[in-house]
Amino acid sequence: MDAPVTLITGTRIGIGRHLAEHYLRLGHRVVGCSRAPVDWTREGYKHCGTDVADEKGVKAMFSEIRRSYGRLDHLINNAGIASMNHSLLTPTSTVSAILATNVVGTFLLSREAAKLMKRKGYGRIVNFSSVAVPLKLAGEAAYVASKSAVVALTHVLARELAEFGITVNCVGPGPLATNLIRSVPKQTIDRLLAQQAIPRMGTFDDIANTVDFFLRPESGFVTGQTIYLGGV
Amino acid sequence: MEQAQLEAPPDVTHHDVHQVVELIIDNVNQLKDTQGLKAPAQLDSATTLFGGDGFLDSMALVTLVVAVEQAIEEKFGTNVSLADPGAMSQEHSPYRTIGALADYALQRLRAG
Repeated sequence: MDAPVTLITGTRIGIGRHLAEHYLRLGHRVVGCSRAPVDWTREGYKHCGTDVADEKGVKAMFSEIRRSYGRLDHLINNAGIASMNHSLLTPTSTVSAILATNVVGTFLLSREAAKLMKRKGYGRIVNFSSVAVPLKLAGEAAYVASKSAVVALTHVLARELAEFGITVNCVGPGPLATNLIRSVPKQTIDRLLAQQAIPRMGTFDDIANTVDFFLRPESGFVTGQTIYLGGV
Repeated sequence: MEQAQLEAPPDVTHHDVHQVVELIIDNVNQLKDTQGLKAPAQLDSATTLFGGDGFLDSMALVTLVVAVEQAIEEKFGTNVSLADPGAMSQEHSPYRTIGALADYALQRLRAG
């Protein structure tokens, strides 16, 4: 049997890179993308310099996947950006950039992936939200709005794509030691962690474990779900 | 567009940083009177506002920046937005000191 083909967005650093290495270890053929070039490589890994919000670039990446592999089994919509700022001090350019990457990117990738997955009548799409949504995190209005939209997209895409054998689910991590929270003050992180049932920082493996569950062929009856980590 | 022109743009190049610094100091003093803000008695362009030994917490910063935006509109007739993606960053914030905020406000005014 051919190894599954897994597309992961935002693989340059952080969660995306960890997931790419995780699925390479499990024998997947992994395609990754990021705006900036990556400084790492592995056997079985193909990288595309694609901005997830750029429709032309995204379509070109899927053409390449179709030519190289003829199929796509899994899409992990990990790419995301954040901005910690009070709404009264947030420029609209920041709001637009967050919505473009987090919402438009997730939509575009899911749409193009579904076209390819549909051919086989099988596919798994995993989106990324955040515990900032149920926690209604003050100081992250644009980010929370974008990640709420990702949950809404997950619900609707799950229904629209079910007939093609494609499931669409979502994972909502809490704080992790990544660049995304580099500039967030420690006090803010501590307050956030205190609202979780399990008040610790998440790990890359916590996320990989949740994504593993959604990707399993046996999870074909699980769709439209969001799992928030840490007990939020 | 971050900025909306209310009327013909004034020739703000003749207004130096000093005028905007005074405008910011006036607003800090008003916040001291109306909202009990604890600020140093002597304020000048080198006074730290936010981060380090700054006297503003994040909510007081929001209040001051919005008050300065409104005061600039009243004084210069131009609606500027002083919102900035680096607002909460203690290293790169344009709100670190009164002087930095004045420079930033002038820059936005000139961009008119």
